[in-house]
Amino acid sequence: MGEVVLMKGNEAIAEAAIRSGCKHFFGYPITPQTELSAYMAKKLPKIGGTFLQAESEIAAVNMLYGAASAGVRAMTSSSSPGISLKSEGISYIAAGDLPCVIVNIMRGGPGLGGIQAAQSDYFQATKGGGHGDYHLIVLAPNSIQEMVCLTAEGFNISEEYRIPVMLLGDGTLGQMMEPVDLEQIPEPVFAEKPWAANGTQGKRKPNVIKTLELAPDELENSVWERERKYSIVKEKLQKYDAHDIEDADIIISSYGITSRVVETAVKMLRNEGVKVGVIRPITLWPFPEKIYKQVNPKAFLSVEMSTGQMVEDIKLACECKSPVYFFGRTGGIIPTPNEIVDKVHEIMKEVM
Amino acid sequence: MSKIIYEKPKALSDAVFHYCPGCSHGIVHRLICEVLDELEITGNTIAVEPVGCAVTAHDYFNFDVVQAAHGRAPAVATGIKRSLPDRIVFTYQGDGDLAAIGTAETVHSSTRGENITIIFINNTIYGMTGGQMAPTSLPGQVTQTSPYGRDPKTQGNPIRVCEMLATLDGPSYIARVSTDSVPHIKEAKKAIKKAFQNQMEGKGLSFVELLCTCPTNWGMSPTEAVKRLQDEMIPYYPLGVFKDVDGGADNE
Amino acid sequence: MNNCKMILAGFGGQGILFAGKMLVYAAMLKGKKLSWLPSYGPEMRGGTANCHVIIDDEAIGSPIVTHPNVLIAMNQPSLDKFENEVEKDGVIFVDKSLIERKVTRTDIKTVYVDATEIADKMGMKKLANMVMLGAVLKETGLFDADEMAQTIKESLPEKKQHLAESNVSAVMAGFNI
Repeated sequence: MGEVVLMKGNEAIAEAAIRSGCKHFFGYPITPQTELSAYMAKKLPKIGGTFLQAESEIAAVNMLYGAASAGVRAMTSSSSPGISLKSEGISYIAAGDLPCVIVNIMRGGPGLGGIQAAQSDYFQATKGGGHGDYHLIVLAPNSIQEMVCLTAEGFNISEEYRIPVMLLGDGTLGQMMEPVDLEQIPEPVFAEKPWAANGTQGKRKPNVIKTLELAPDELENSVWERERKYSIVKEKLQKYDAHDIEDADIIISSYGITSRVVETAVKMLRNEGVKVGVIRPITLWPFPEKIYKQVNPKAFLSVEMSTGQMVEDIKLACECKSPVYFFGRTGGIIPTPNEIVDKVHEIMKEVM
Repeated sequence: MSKIIYEKPKALSDAVFHYCPGCSHGIVHRLICEVLDELEITGNTIAVEPVGCAVTAHDYFNFDVVQAAHGRAPAVATGIKRSLPDRIVFTYQGDGDLAAIGTAETVHSSTRGENITIIFINNTIYGMTGGQMAPTSLPGQVTQTSPYGRDPKTQGNPIRVCEMLATLDGPSYIARVSTDSVPHIKEAKKAIKKAFQNQMEGKGLSFVELLCTCPTNWGMSPTEAVKRLQDEMIPYYPLGVFKDVDGGADNE
Repeated sequence: MNNCKMILAGFGGQGILFAGKMLVYAAMLKGKKLSWLPSYGPEMRGGTANCHVIIDDEAIGSPIVTHPNVLIAMNQPSLDKFENEVEKDGVIFVDKSLIERKVTRTDIKTVYVDATEIADKMGMKKLANMVMLGAVLKETGLFDADEMAQTIKESLPEKKQHLAESNVSAVMAGFNI
């Protein structure tokens, strides 16, 4: 055990970002992620960094675009409705091949929705949100410890591939406290940035960060070029946690806070003698398809705080070789272990 | 022996402008580049180019350029300047960009007094999209989207951006200049120079509005366009210095 | 108590979240597994506030407590809301200075504490939460009073160190009822 402290998820992300060399943060207040901004506001000025509360989510994400263009490590954070506003800028950041970390501490939607935890931005995070052929690398931690580690890793990956990273949490993870060992945070690996628009100093040709290609063939080339990068990421970056999958009749998949509830349910079910296993995606994009091809349960079950947005990725990953069931709550309600146990019993009756 | 009396500024590339005959963009590009060279800051400068006809300004600039989304240039410039405070950062924006879709960014970068320079091209029309009504289109002005002339009752009134921003405490310098004549262009260069010098001296946001022509979308010849600028635009958008922390404002 | 699943609930401003924090802080110092999850939103201002605290010897799955084995009710709405959720053989702590009614369940244990009145009498109106915390420690054996005193001193930031002594006395008062 190293430097163990008790921290709220939102504050822990901020601390991890600072320790990863992120000195520039641009945000706008929104529940339930505001502690992250507040932490940055307190800490960054003391280390010569910038905390700026922007006039809007839109301005904040464009400040992030500017900072990332200049070649520094930078971050913005928000919650669901704010991420919708940022989506235009996220598309530009992806098109500019700019590294940065965007945090979404999800709450219920659509519209203003609610302020309690939800996972209904899965599609937005993994399938787009903004316009155009692009992807974010989407990381979904399920504990405060994982939040800090993935924040740091997010910066490293983002710079390595020049792809923006989204850290996808939810109101519960953002608000809860757990002990966190800050010494386990991975070391920052700073990539060279010869592309950065930081002034030629008369020593090199001008660098241009642009997202417009008026010639169709040039735009097509740049889109396919990026797609090639995405296929490397798909091959190399699939991350998941799995256990009890060898003998499992039912494999439950869930991510983030929901996966914690699932763990409790799985313990209850295993004690009853029900053979359940777990695959927990940690990267939501790229989705950890490979592991789904290696297992052969009688059924899959996706548990989410949405109406089943991850189900189609599981179906694609397992190529529908077994039925994929779904259980979810939404509106800010977190499924209970008992509800999941009941759902598994129901599925067992159908597939056994 | 022949003597060189005019040289292209080093900050300007050799690419041929794609702008229409009689368009003011070329003039303003050159003025900016001359100023950057004279102040010896070209290699330390990062431009933020807009959406609009100047979206490919990077083809003409021999320094780093970041392309912003429509209206977001001041936010992008803020991100760059806060990350690299010792660099010179300016935005180059048209009227639709700066005074319609990006009004919030314009006002808030100004009120923060971000230490950047904003170059505002006011030609009272959307150019690249083919001549639609802009926030600065004059009352009665015929455009593609005000085919019967801009009616303030239903289509609102033009915004005098300099006057509006001059009410804020943040900016250090706000001036409106014109590109219609040699004396005015000389004045314009002075204003641009001051706007960059202010940034070098850390004085905070400097804003230069340039009244410009768009003969193509105005449906005029270049000479007719210059005449319209003089006869119609200058009376509505008076030239002058609206704010100067060094005491150079016209109302002081 | 090896597996404590607690809900602390009351009015915003009663120090509900703080009392929960002290429990998990003590747990961390003792090397136990723990989680602390607050309610958040508009109810923080004067409405009801609650937090879920889990202290366990084993790794914690869900941090959400749906069926607590310890309920601390610092006002009547909280008792009304959570009484029926408490696990059989669980314990409900009731601040009887503020809650007039009795607990109706008979399959759980109830401990009535005059938390607010005791704190008032000590001239520490705002420390009913800590008096209650003392009573909870005594009944559950989660931590002894000295461990909690140590926790309070260690966890308070420098600016609030002057409050440590009164908080500790309040815990002691609850512990020694």
